[in-house]
Amino acid sequence: MPTLPFDLQKVRGDFPILSTLVRRKPLCYLDNAASTQKPKAVIDRLVKFYSEENANVHRGVHHLGELATDAYLGARETVAKFLNSPSAKQILFTRGTTESINLVASSWGRANLKEGDEILISGMEHHANIVPWQMVAGKTGAVVKVIPLNHSAELDLELMDSLITPRTKILAFCHVSNSLGTINPAKALIAKAKERGITTLLDGAQGAPHLGADVQDLDCDFYAFSGHKTYGPTGIGVLYGKAEILENMPPYQGGGDMIQRVTFEKSSFKGIPERFEAGTPNIAGAAGLGAAIDYLSQFDPKEIHAHESKLLEYAAERLSALPGLTLHSKAKNRAAVVSFTLGGIHPHDIATILDREGVAIRAGNHCTQPLMKSLGVPATARASFALYNTKEEVDTLVSAIIKTQDLFA
Amino acid sequence: MSDDLEDLYQDIILDHNRRPRNSRELPGRTHFAEGLNPLCGDEVTVNLLLAGSKIQDITFQGQGCAISQASASLMTEILKGLDLMDMRKQAEIVQKLLTSEDEFPDALFEFGNLAALSGVRKFPARIKCATLAWHTLEAALAGKSSISTEDSL
Repeated sequence: MPTLPFDLQKVRGDFPILSTLVRRKPLCYLDNAASTQKPKAVIDRLVKFYSEENANVHRGVHHLGELATDAYLGARETVAKFLNSPSAKQILFTRGTTESINLVASSWGRANLKEGDEILISGMEHHANIVPWQMVAGKTGAVVKVIPLNHSAELDLELMDSLITPRTKILAFCHVSNSLGTINPAKALIAKAKERGITTLLDGAQGAPHLGADVQDLDCDFYAFSGHKTYGPTGIGVLYGKAEILENMPPYQGGGDMIQRVTFEKSSFKGIPERFEAGTPNIAGAAGLGAAIDYLSQFDPKEIHAHESKLLEYAAERLSALPGLTLHSKAKNRAAVVSFTLGGIHPHDIATILDREGVAIRAGNHCTQPLMKSLGVPATARASFALYNTKEEVDTLVSAIIKTQDLFA
Repeated sequence: MSDDLEDLYQDIILDHNRRPRNSRELPGRTHFAEGLNPLCGDEVTVNLLLAGSKIQDITFQGQGCAISQASASLMTEILKGLDLMDMRKQAEIVQKLLTSEDEFPDALFEFGNLAALSGVRKFPARIKCATLAWHTLEAALAGKSSISTEDSL
């Protein structure tokens, strides 16, 4: 597909919700790390699927069954290309990043972890990359260890070295922190783990939409991301895995579509990816995700990244100038997220007041309670950007924060 | 600033947030519970010193948004010295203020400072902030040591 020049006004026109009013004010949507808005191409794809192609997959000999199967398998091919996966069969569809990580923790984890084995995660993980590991640790007797953060909200790589032991079996961390925007040096960390034969999982929920991912270049064993944070529908996500690892993993859930032969005594299972996709999948969601990736692929990723970086830099500069504001996103290498607190004003109060100005941000612990604890705050306010945000929206955010400060003065 | 916001952040709320009343430990407490709102991380501990059925002293500790802090502060101010029967009446008033669809233009003054919480009704996402301290109080009286807004209450 030829690359289109990145025209911000045109891009905004592609997202119908961006021209709506919220509380009689133009919507200023800065909660993209929670969920991005959808371009018309994605919405249209869902409508087309349900209007013209809807049926179940892998079983219909009828016309619609074929169309639905084509849509589903086509989406798998699109995702494979997006991640530069060597093959489409290494792309499993899940409900989202959370389910992808649970799949690995449950299937790979129970087959490979023994008592005393170590699971290494980072201090900036989302609960989705903490809790599944604690659950499998509870079942297997493995232990969860954590790479701490340094004062710049980056992973402390020196301490990381001392945390890797002969018992370390898996390293699981986020490509980009959802709370802070810190970009982790994924390739270097993965290389370090590979040297010691440690399996690696990258949580790409924030990485895929902002940095994209080349799983062969990263050389990770697993990569997980969510459709709805990548301009696609909710309820669809992806798990990429290296073929030889996936092929040796037991099923995650049992049911239709994942079996070869079933008797009441025993069942045999299909190969990958079907073995991990029990039951009717989210067919329309997969097609919608394919459309989202096609939409994103129109642009040069460097142009998108440059636009988002400029916004981030501008936001950090304007926010830092506000008296009483503490910026928690301070890593050198950052993407799309500014997390901040205002002295004496709780993030929830900030978010409520901003909402009345049409500004949507997230307030709270961002599903990273341990990270909040290490930052020494109960919660932060977080503005997060996407390719359609503008400099003027940063100005709107700043004015609304000033109004908040006035109210609480 | 919109009227709704002014209703939510009334002077009484802002004042109690800035200078919370009875925000301290309570040595010799007879009842206490911790309340947690896992959605936003708000935490409040309610301490009670009960003499028979009389609330001799009541304090709270914790952190949270202006609504949860002010609600806890107002609660302790209003309940101190009441007996448990009157406490229940006040709790019902708060429940009504926060959830009723009716307007209370004439009756509001009867609720005293508690009426300041009525603005929360227009912000459904914030109602749990206002009820946290009250639910924690109920838990303390029921002998539970902790509650969460995400438990079925």
